[in-house]
Amino acid sequence: MRPNDRSYLKSHEWCKIENGIATIGITDFAVSHLSDLVFLDLPNKGSNVTIGESFGEIESVKAVSDLYSPVSGEIIEVNKDLTDNLEWLSSDPFAKAWMLKIKVTSLSQELQNAAAYEGNCVEG
Amino acid sequence: MARGRQICKLQRPTLGSEIMRETVLKDVHAALGARLVPFAGWTMPVQYRGILDEARTVRAAAGLFDLGHMGRVRINGRQATEYLQRLQTNDVTQIPAGRIRYSMILNDEGITQDDILVYRNLKNDGFFLVINAGNADRDLAIMRALAKDFDVVVDDQTDALGMIAIQGPRSQDITQQLTNADLSSLKYYAWTIGTVLGVPMEISRTGYTGEDGFEIYIPQQHTRAVWDAFMAAGKSHGLMPTGLGARDTLRHEAGMPLYGHEINETTNPLEAGLDWAVKFTHDFVGRAALERLLASGGTGRRLVGLTSNSKRCPRQGYEIKANGQKIGQVCSGNISPTLDTNIATAYVRTEFATPGTKLEFLVKDKAEPCTVTALPFYKRQR
Repeated sequence: MRPNDRSYLKSHEWCKIENGIATIGITDFAVSHLSDLVFLDLPNKGSNVTIGESFGEIESVKAVSDLYSPVSGEIIEVNKDLTDNLEWLSSDPFAKAWMLKIKVTSLSQELQNAAAYEGNCVEG
Repeated sequence: MARGRQICKLQRPTLGSEIMRETVLKDVHAALGARLVPFAGWTMPVQYRGILDEARTVRAAAGLFDLGHMGRVRINGRQATEYLQRLQTNDVTQIPAGRIRYSMILNDEGITQDDILVYRNLKNDGFFLVINAGNADRDLAIMRALAKDFDVVVDDQTDALGMIAIQGPRSQDITQQLTNADLSSLKYYAWTIGTVLGVPMEISRTGYTGEDGFEIYIPQQHTRAVWDAFMAAGKSHGLMPTGLGARDTLRHEAGMPLYGHEINETTNPLEAGLDWAVKFTHDFVGRAALERLLASGGTGRRLVGLTSNSKRCPRQGYEIKANGQKIGQVCSGNISPTLDTNIATAYVRTEFATPGTKLEFLVKDKAEPCTVTALPFYKRQR
């Protein structure tokens, strides 16, 4: 079971909200499914993200995937060190490999708890 | 994230609603920790440990591949030769018994329907074709329609035979432990019949990686035992199971085309640089169209290799630009573990096709530099 202190999108992003600030990242399932990560593109601090829209890209040996935001709001912090340390996504996807902190104005209706998200983690 | 753009053919969902086919080795792959994905209507292992690791293992030692999805068709009958001369672009009268040629099936417009291998039987009494899984249904429809005009039998053996490949510099040492066939005398693009576990089977010195190796066609009930025998015999040589992800990287490094990428329903063999497999000695389907194309000077585009040290990899569909103008599009892009750079193949306007030409590829709106590079990117030392 994945951490219970946050919620998840079917598209494998996680979102943890504390005091109106959302920390977002991608799950261990996403990371293992991508494998051999080579590039991560994150937006700049001060820009805005919108629910359901792409905020960045992650590239593995065989594919490029968009990253989708579970919240709308302004980016107040970016984990800039992560782009040069992609191995953190494998070793610590739920903590050290956070991607953005966002001052939330609205939340996606599609966020699920850890138990419900589990159903999306099926191979194939 | 799951809605990411599907760049790689390996991740493209199969069109239609047919049930996924499985090879007899599917459970073996699952037990080996493979990630199984839909590919060309089949559930196939895309990777076991990791694509880069598997690709490096094939270059350094050897990899074992399940190719059960590939189509396998015997062509027999009195007019087998005449039939194949019409069906495909290479000249089968020039294939000695026991030898193999790369070839293509075109339509009347000279457009590529598939690329295939043509095996001439050891006794000269027929042929064996290996065709792409994704084109197998269309190929068989073309073959059966054409067969009505000839005294010939088209016999689809895809279910009756298993197919595995062993690729990499240790392939001969490993395979020779298992078979009585003299592999040291088996030439590249030649085949023989050898016994493995006491069962006679077809063994060809062919492959899709740029390494030495063999492809083996196994009476289906023995496929699993033969796979296990290879895994056991290869253990001390570093043999590892290898998925379709690494196979794609390896074939791309070796400059080999993949249907759906370098060749497809919009390309002809001349612009793809595959004219060496087209022989204007016989009346194959598409010949007149290719002759018209040659007379008119061609399509004005050419398949080229590209290399780039950019942080981003050029991917299928990305635009190629020169001087701000769109002059081409990427067919395949890979991170090359062997060359330690990004590699791509692309169609570009012919005036930009000279090796050394500096071009750009577009990642969304951002231009990244790349250089036209002669194919193949990788050639093994012989």
